[in-house]
Amino acid sequence: MIELDNVAYSYGGAELFSQVSLSLTAGSFHFLTGPSGAGKTTLLKLCYGALLATAGQVRLFGDDAATMDRDAVAMSRRRIGVVHQDCQFLDHLSVADNIALPLTVSGRDSEAASNLTDLIGWVGLRGQAAQLPPELSGGERQRAALARAVIMSPDVIIADEPTGNVDWDMSQRLLTLLIELNRMGKTVIIATHDMNLIRAAKSQVTTRVLRLKDRRLMQAGVEL
Amino acid sequence: MTRFFALIAGDPQADRAVPPTGFTARLTLFSAGAMAFLAVFAMALSMATGRLADRWADELARTSTLRISAPADQANAQLLAAVEVLQTTPGVAAARPLTPDEQRALLAPWFGPDLPIEDLQIPQLIEIIEEDGGYDAAGLRARLQAEVPAAILDDHTRWRDPLVLAANRLRNLGWMAMFLIGGATAAMITLAAQAALSANAQVIRVMRLVGARDVYIAGAFVRRFTLRALTGAAAGTVAGMSAIWLLPTTDAAGGFLTGLGFQGWQWAWPLIIPFLAAAVAFFATRAAALRTLKEQS
Repeated sequence: MIELDNVAYSYGGAELFSQVSLSLTAGSFHFLTGPSGAGKTTLLKLCYGALLATAGQVRLFGDDAATMDRDAVAMSRRRIGVVHQDCQFLDHLSVADNIALPLTVSGRDSEAASNLTDLIGWVGLRGQAAQLPPELSGGERQRAALARAVIMSPDVIIADEPTGNVDWDMSQRLLTLLIELNRMGKTVIIATHDMNLIRAAKSQVTTRVLRLKDRRLMQAGVEL
Repeated sequence: MTRFFALIAGDPQADRAVPPTGFTARLTLFSAGAMAFLAVFAMALSMATGRLADRWADELARTSTLRISAPADQANAQLLAAVEVLQTTPGVAAARPLTPDEQRALLAPWFGPDLPIEDLQIPQLIEIIEEDGGYDAAGLRARLQAEVPAAILDDHTRWRDPLVLAANRLRNLGWMAMFLIGGATAAMITLAAQAALSANAQVIRVMRLVGARDVYIAGAFVRRFTLRALTGAAAGTVAGMSAIWLLPTTDAAGGFLTGLGFQGWQWAWPLIIPFLAAAVAFFATRAAALRTLKEQS
């Protein structure tokens, strides 16, 4: 699905990380941890083509991200659902319209009506579908972001601190949704600081935990 | 054509994704309207001067005047001699002495309508109509000098050429004004589009995140600005055409200014201005949007 081969990323002349190799295979479940500022968000952005590596090679569904044209990157994004910590909604559109946005931009609007209702029910936002994003709580926003990320039935789901702004119960609920998706065959990678979340996931699904620290990506230690 | 109708019909979902940006909408509408208003006048100027140049060139290019200033006792003989010379000159289609009434009419603007022309010693004028190829003016002057010494040939060249040249330059200035107006419109719409794109940077980020291609994002802006330009320019064109319509009509004594306007089928020409403005907006916004989206990536 997505492969990083000996990748490095530098910003403003300073190296954020290097010699990073990672393979997100179909149906795998990964956690990405590490201290703040280690480059977790940057590494995830490399995984969905929002940034280009300064060294090494990133392959998105077999294509070298460095040589893909802008349309090809857009097409690959349709196969990758992204959940941000700050959700990134269009605040002037309703929750339902925001969730349907990936279908809209890909010209598959006619599918929206049937898929959307089911999806909104799945994330428990039936009562909030007509509201605007600023009217939602943190947990509701995260669930709406997750619904938007999966509406195109993507192959890969990338979640950057999806539980950063929600309480433990809501974190558990979001984790359950992500595990459900993984059981449907989706590849999942979650960047998080929350060790309890990782422990909760490990009890339910086979996961691989990666740690980004001191500019290197490594397998997490036995403390997990 | 299909793409044009698709553009007009638009994609309501894509349009909704980009929120309206108030000041850029007003700027586009106002600038398109003002420019269309000016364009109507530039077009009217160009067409009026074009008509003037054509008329001067057509009416004057194939006529000349022979003036005979002879003493009263020789006037008739010189007139007959001149007519005979003219009738035997190759390239002269017709030569006709002006009647006293015609000469009186020519002098009326200066001396009034009741000038006793018969009592005055004024030159006799002969109107010469040329054939398509014209005649040899130098040869005719030489013959007249020998046979009708009192005759002076005026082939209008001296003042016809500068007039036609001036009218043609005015016509070109009118078209140049149209191009400048088009360029200024494109520049203003480009600025407005860039402002709208900057104001919607977050919207663009989100749309990209969910897999929107640049042409899709640009399309939402392009359609919006094209329709605004079309609407504004249509209003400006109607206002401009109304203003031209209300100008004083041409009459017999009408000068250049009262002739400013459109005649007959020419009234259809300004109707293309809104579509030209829309085309300018389409290409200006598309170029600005794709360039900005490339820079933002």
